[in-house]
Amino acid sequence: MSSSKIVIDPVTRIEGHSKITIQLDDQGEVVDAQFHVTQFRGFERIVEGRPIHEMPSIMARICGICPVSHLIASAKACDQILAVVPPPTGIDLRRVLNLAQIVQSNALSFFHLSSPDLLFGFEADPEQRNIIGLARAHPQLARDGVGVRRFGQQIIEWLGGKRIHPGWVVPGGVDAPLEAETRDRILSTIPEAIAAIERALAWYKSSLVQWEDEAASFGDFRSAFMGLVDQDGNIDHYDGLLRVMDADGHYLADRIDPTTYTDYLGEAVEPWSYLKSTYWKKLGYPDGVYRVGPLARMIVAGQLGTPRADLELDEFRRRLGRVPSSSFHYHYARLIDALYAAERIEELLLGPDILSPRVRSFAGINSNEGIGVSEAPRGTLLHHYKVDDDGIVQWANLVIATGHNNLAMNRSVRQVAKRYVKSAQLTEPMLNRVEAVIRCYDPCLSCSTHALGEMALHLQLIGPTGTVLDEIRR
Amino acid sequence: MTTVHTFRINGSDVAGTDGQSILAVATENGIDIPTMCHLDGLSDTGSCRLCVVEVAGSSKLTPACTTLVSEGMDVSTTSEQLCGYRRTIIEMLFLERNHICAVCVANNHCDLQNLAEELKLDHFELPVIAPKVGIDASHALFAIDHNRCIMCVRCVRVCDEVEGAHTWDVMGSGIGVRVVTDMGTPWGESTSCTSCGKCVQVCPTGALFEKGRSIGEGSKERRPFLPYLKNQAQEPELT
Repeated sequence: MSSSKIVIDPVTRIEGHSKITIQLDDQGEVVDAQFHVTQFRGFERIVEGRPIHEMPSIMARICGICPVSHLIASAKACDQILAVVPPPTGIDLRRVLNLAQIVQSNALSFFHLSSPDLLFGFEADPEQRNIIGLARAHPQLARDGVGVRRFGQQIIEWLGGKRIHPGWVVPGGVDAPLEAETRDRILSTIPEAIAAIERALAWYKSSLVQWEDEAASFGDFRSAFMGLVDQDGNIDHYDGLLRVMDADGHYLADRIDPTTYTDYLGEAVEPWSYLKSTYWKKLGYPDGVYRVGPLARMIVAGQLGTPRADLELDEFRRRLGRVPSSSFHYHYARLIDALYAAERIEELLLGPDILSPRVRSFAGINSNEGIGVSEAPRGTLLHHYKVDDDGIVQWANLVIATGHNNLAMNRSVRQVAKRYVKSAQLTEPMLNRVEAVIRCYDPCLSCSTHALGEMALHLQLIGPTGTVLDEIRR
Repeated sequence: MTTVHTFRINGSDVAGTDGQSILAVATENGIDIPTMCHLDGLSDTGSCRLCVVEVAGSSKLTPACTTLVSEGMDVSTTSEQLCGYRRTIIEMLFLERNHICAVCVANNHCDLQNLAEELKLDHFELPVIAPKVGIDASHALFAIDHNRCIMCVRCVRVCDEVEGAHTWDVMGSGIGVRVVTDMGTPWGESTSCTSCGKCVQVCPTGALFEKGRSIGEGSKERRPFLPYLKNQAQEPELT
């Protein structure tokens, strides 16, 4: 048999457009696989020439799933350009909004996009293996998924005015204080959200044993992990310092100022993808692989700081060790991350000054450069702007979570393809696993998603002369 | 002695005095004619051409804001042809610069956006130009984004006729036309500008705006700041 190539295009049930190609050798064995991001956005260029105060709202348009993440990182970069620190209540309200985003996005990833695979198995009929099938077979899990996502989305709407692209976060803070009625309304929804997340955790943990084979091949390799931690080394989604831990639990860097990111992180560009590959400079490219996101957050943080989530984190570490190597465990980490976020929202809203009218600092342009960093649902997000003296953006650089994970995703795709893809038997479950390993990272490619599981998958087996040897559509 | 002219608008008998425009008489009689550059209290220039009407006996369309009434004229303010022309004018205003409503400070408070909705402009048929147009943010309080300017020159008129500063002028022609401050010097270096903000208040789009306010804050929401100026078609509440 001659060497050939398998193309999965588009990859489904992720946020955005991408495809996977799998290279086979003469014997039909997988020799390489690549994850290509096929959509082009160009936001770094679009914003050149725009006033700094427009940046949060423009940047929020990057994504309809996680606009709040870009709002937060962008507003923080603008804070630096104004050279202001928002009032403490303004920061706490931004934290609440960011955590609500974490909850809703993690819920979307776990319940809507990935749980059908986990409930029915990777080999189940695609007609059944989707959110509708989930609602039929496990209505409580489906209800919980919808409920937890609604919980996060409602907080965003109540605080920001609308669920998608709220404009509430502004340079210097937020543009309106919290009303007591809104606080109480949010607080009343928290117990059910926590209960739903804990039900999902219990279900997931009970099913974990059956995924040992997948866990051993879904991105199971040694790499570093990166995330934000506070001064004490505990988790921090909004602010904090960068910690990078290697596969043995040693710090490659601890509590470094994220505004010095260019000293540590390099960005490589490959001709086969619009997604940049970020790497740890000291290890070089492409060896400097590290992962970000919920799994990385659970690994790099000392503790979480809320009671229920800390208990879950202890159990997570007892089950999987201090530095789990498989990306399959993103699912588990995502639920603990959501649990922490729900608990932390409650803590913040019960704070004595949360209703303070002082929520915004005003200032003009006091610096020509700003870097904003926060934890988005999918990992560490950096916005870096340079402006002229009038506050007009001259240059922008965005390092998004999926870029941090790009090298790891490619390595994971190769691993799964080598384990499951055999050219002699092109099957749907085999290809679903290749897609599913990408879903572990919940990559945000900033576009639409195919949440109903309508698998518009097109697979071609192409010979060395370009002839289509085999073809599957679904 | 005031001369009264009787004439017809859309088949109804109306009356106007010497020196009144068709637009003024139509407004007095509750007949709506879309406008953009017109603002009560400022002189009219007829620059936007949105208020064009048909006058019997003339093959040309006539701007209602600068055409004075005369005895026996027969005016029509609505027809399929007029609606088509007005929609095309709005379309061309959008295409001549770069209007992106979702991230504009005037979103939901914009006369151009309102008229586009009113005239059911839901897509462009003409080619997009997307010119490279700059922003002057050198003023301490205000900025002008030429991307959103439709050359209504309300700013030029209010600055000259009300504030008396005459900071604003028009430079260039055709597609390269721009409003400028102090004969083309950056706004922040203007010696004539009094920083009164009247130009920002009368701007019908997001072209002129207060600095430091973000997009989601509705910073172009009109306040009853200049009660002697009002756009009758858009803001009848400003009294």
